[in-house]
Amino acid sequence: MNMEEKRVMMLGNEAIARGAYEAGVKVSAAYPGTPSTEISENIVKYKDELYCEWSPNEKVAMEVAIGASFAGVRSLVSMKHVGVNVAADPLYSMSYIGVTGGLVLVAADDPGLYSSQNEQDSRMVARAAQVPVIEPSDSQEAKDFIKFAYDLSEKYDTPVILRTTTRLSHSQGLVTLEDRLNIEDKPYERNIAKNVMMPGNAKLRHLAVEEREKRLIEDSCDFSINRVEMNDTSIGVITSGIPYQYVKEALPNASVLKLGLVNPLPRRLIEDFAKKVDKLYIVEELDPLIETQVKSWGINAVGKEILTIQGEYSANMLRRAVLNEEPDIKEEAKVPGRPPILCPGCPHRSVFTVLNKLKVHAAGDIGCYTLGAVPPLGVIDTTVCMGSSISTLHGMEKAKGREFIKDWVAVIGDSTFMHTGVNSLMNMVYNQGTGTVLILDNSTTGMTGHQDHAATGKTLQGDEVPAINIMKLCSALGVKNVFEINVFDVEGLEKLIKQELARDEVSVIITKTPCVLLNRTPVTHVCSVDPKKCKKCGMCLKPGCPAVTKLADGTTKIDTNMCNGCGLCKSQCKFGAIEDVAV
Amino acid sequence: METRNIMIVGVGGQGTLLTSRILGGIMLSAGYDVKMSEVHGMAQRGGSVVTFVRYGDNVAEPIVEEGQADVLIAFEQLEALRYAHFLKKDGVIIVNTQRIDPMPVVIGAAEYPEGIIDDLKKEYRVIGVDAMSEALKLGNPKVFNVVVLGVAARHMDFAKDEWFDVIEKTVKPKFIDINKKAFEAGYELKEDAA
Repeated sequence: MNMEEKRVMMLGNEAIARGAYEAGVKVSAAYPGTPSTEISENIVKYKDELYCEWSPNEKVAMEVAIGASFAGVRSLVSMKHVGVNVAADPLYSMSYIGVTGGLVLVAADDPGLYSSQNEQDSRMVARAAQVPVIEPSDSQEAKDFIKFAYDLSEKYDTPVILRTTTRLSHSQGLVTLEDRLNIEDKPYERNIAKNVMMPGNAKLRHLAVEEREKRLIEDSCDFSINRVEMNDTSIGVITSGIPYQYVKEALPNASVLKLGLVNPLPRRLIEDFAKKVDKLYIVEELDPLIETQVKSWGINAVGKEILTIQGEYSANMLRRAVLNEEPDIKEEAKVPGRPPILCPGCPHRSVFTVLNKLKVHAAGDIGCYTLGAVPPLGVIDTTVCMGSSISTLHGMEKAKGREFIKDWVAVIGDSTFMHTGVNSLMNMVYNQGTGTVLILDNSTTGMTGHQDHAATGKTLQGDEVPAINIMKLCSALGVKNVFEINVFDVEGLEKLIKQELARDEVSVIITKTPCVLLNRTPVTHVCSVDPKKCKKCGMCLKPGCPAVTKLADGTTKIDTNMCNGCGLCKSQCKFGAIEDVAV
Repeated sequence: METRNIMIVGVGGQGTLLTSRILGGIMLSAGYDVKMSEVHGMAQRGGSVVTFVRYGDNVAEPIVEEGQADVLIAFEQLEALRYAHFLKKDGVIIVNTQRIDPMPVVIGAAEYPEGIIDDLKKEYRVIGVDAMSEALKLGNPKVFNVVVLGVAARHMDFAKDEWFDVIEKTVKPKFIDINKKAFEAGYELKEDAA
């Protein structure tokens, strides 16, 4: 292969996967979550030389990676920022234990909340857990830094977090490919003082962690990933990650200290840099992690006074804030918003149409079906985090009694149920709840783009395996009333929900209909409105399908290019004005 | 060379990702440094989506900012209007004339603006394309995005064969033919008819 062929375009996440492969990683585990999902979807390309899996949740994934480290091989675990909370328990302990084979956790933050329930900064978790964090600023660095991270992990006996953000993970840039390193497995040695975290051992490991941090603070001043670019000294900027690119666009003449390691901070390097520049700015998205520490050392710097703590940065933002320059931009047109919506033919729409009709409230969960909170369906009242629907419904019942939840259900997807919903259902049974739980089983992890899980019968590596039967799982937990129904049996579903809401016992209704985008087969028929029969009542518009629109004369029309023929609109028409048309 | 900026905007599911990848591919084959930024996840579900393609000698940020786009490729009228202020003063908009009502319009909470293309023409160079009709003539409505790309390609400095090469490398084998036909249809479309 010549050099020309080795340069390819790669998504940040693809480069992370490639870097892990080149670093000799042998085990990778993850639960899908935007913006981290494509790491696993790309690492599976190397399945002949490594093992990779979708685990049911991030805690399990982290522990799989820890096991691989104990066994002496390099391991990778990747997740979105909120997943780091789920994996926090093993992460904190692993900081004490340290590694045998190198272990890197990729934490994908989401400044700007493109696809998340909060905007937390994973660097803060890392700081609390005393785990080093490295942050690349483009695809090439994503690949290079992850290799650096494995060396760091093994040299300093610590798990390492590689922090990415949506913008980095989902941007493409040129990457030079290299060969996979041949990393020898470390021999297994029993070492309970280090690997068994009971109080006596952990006390000593805590001291080791503090020592490690001190060493890193000093040594990192000379790390290649921390780079000083001296230029005009009237403005100096400390930055890292994607914001570095905005600094290069907006302030091309400024001196820059580009940090590759953002926790712990290379104090001496920062102090030296600060002395050389007239005015120091700190440019970091989300929390003032670097800024707070730098200021605490008595260094004068400007950061969040002029730069936001919320959302993504941009070069224009820096031009305005640092240079007081107003870019010449035309006024933004005032146009109706276009929020995300459920797809035409989405099985969730049918559930929400029924719940809406019955005036039932829903405790929601994380997935495409969170969109059931907004008009015109407006059924979901609460959404907190993965798996929370069932437990929050149970909490409401315990607060206000079973009558209070007679017009409430919990709605949770199949993948989310397998993630952490199952624990909540266990609790509802154990503690004598009477809630009605709808498991919206679309046979996939939908929102992140169709990943398999323990109940789909297929693994990340493409192996066919026995699928966990969700009905039987619920029965085994002690739920006596478990039902499965096709979601487009609208009448049957309505009857069943009414029946189970009236029951003073836990019920689980599994609405089993695959995601309309999964394993797409050609559409055989679509729905069509007969304008002569249409009474302009607007009932077919109620489910909020984007294929159905109202015409100027009040009748409705169905876009045949969008329609998947699910028949939900047809089930709403009392006048038989909607019929199936073969295509 | 100064970095050039292209934006592709549309509605989730219209294929902005494929189009940006073909564009990135051709810039790469011409030897440029290229960066692209995409949208994945929740926002793809029928929402407003935007992807960026930047190319030049040395590209820093992967996004195109307000007032910087040389070319805005819009797969839907309202989305063209939403992002028009990202264009440079002398930038060009290639807009598919399709209209897709967003949910606030469907439920009657907002009105879809009338006369978008005429309004845009007052401020920008605008090329309107009825790409869906062309795609339907080819028997596959999904390839309208590549029809639009074909129109846009006429405003860039690459030969048709170079585009075909990149299409062959980018799309799945069974869709190469239809996508090449769609590109050809856009490329050969008479602008005054558009």
